[in-house]
Amino acid sequence: MTLKDIIEELDLKCLNPVNLDAEVSSAYASDLLSDVMGNARSGQVWITMQTHKNVTAIASLKDMPAVIIVRDGVPDDDMLQHAKDEDICLLVSKDATFEVCGKLYDLIK
Amino acid sequence: MHYTFKIERGNFTDAGQASSSVKRTLKQLGVDPANIKRTVVALFEAEINAVAHAYGGTIDVDIDGEKIVMVVADEGPGIPNIELAMQEGWSTASAKVREMGYGAGMGLPNIKKNTDELKIDTKVGVGTTVTMTVNLA
Repeated sequence: MTLKDIIEELDLKCLNPVNLDAEVSSAYASDLLSDVMGNARSGQVWITMQTHKNVTAIASLKDMPAVIIVRDGVPDDDMLQHAKDEDICLLVSKDATFEVCGKLYDLIK
Repeated sequence: MHYTFKIERGNFTDAGQASSSVKRTLKQLGVDPANIKRTVVALFEAEINAVAHAYGGTIDVDIDGEKIVMVVADEGPGIPNIELAMQEGWSTASAKVREMGYGAGMGLPNIKKNTDELKIDTKVGVGTTVTMTVNLA
């Protein structure tokens, strides 16, 4: 499933529309940055409530195409700018982590 | 090839720039993606450790055909007990650092897992030098 399909199906707000054709077959949900650094895989979408620039830095280092911020979180200005600079698709869901994970799991597993 | 970066105390905004720059260079050099991943995980964690705990420092990266050697040297509190610091889950990070999603006690274990050689020289009240080697061959 492409990122674009996921955005539509999960009704996500897209703050930086890039990587829309990326094929997504998995995701990683965590608010601990070293957990993501150590255990997430490239190509996965990252689900988190963290809204600062180090998130996009890690997403870029780990070759993750998109970050979904849960519960209508608002990214810091420098996070949004960094997402644009590094071509990370920045998405926002009104749902909490549990719901985002459940819906996404149903879609791609 | 040799690269040097500066580390500023508490400057999380710019943290990751060294790792990002090294990643770009390694890609250009055609280094195997698995080794690039290991390198950037280790370097990012070491960089964050220094930003979170030390008063400032430097990162030196040397790349040749056989290996990548990264030296992160800081002036800071030092590590009183390295054995404890290497344990997953053990951390002395501040509340502010934990709020950002760091301080889970996974940094040094992540570095250990992703490098072929890890050397930590530390002196309490003076600083810490972390030397990490990733073999390319």
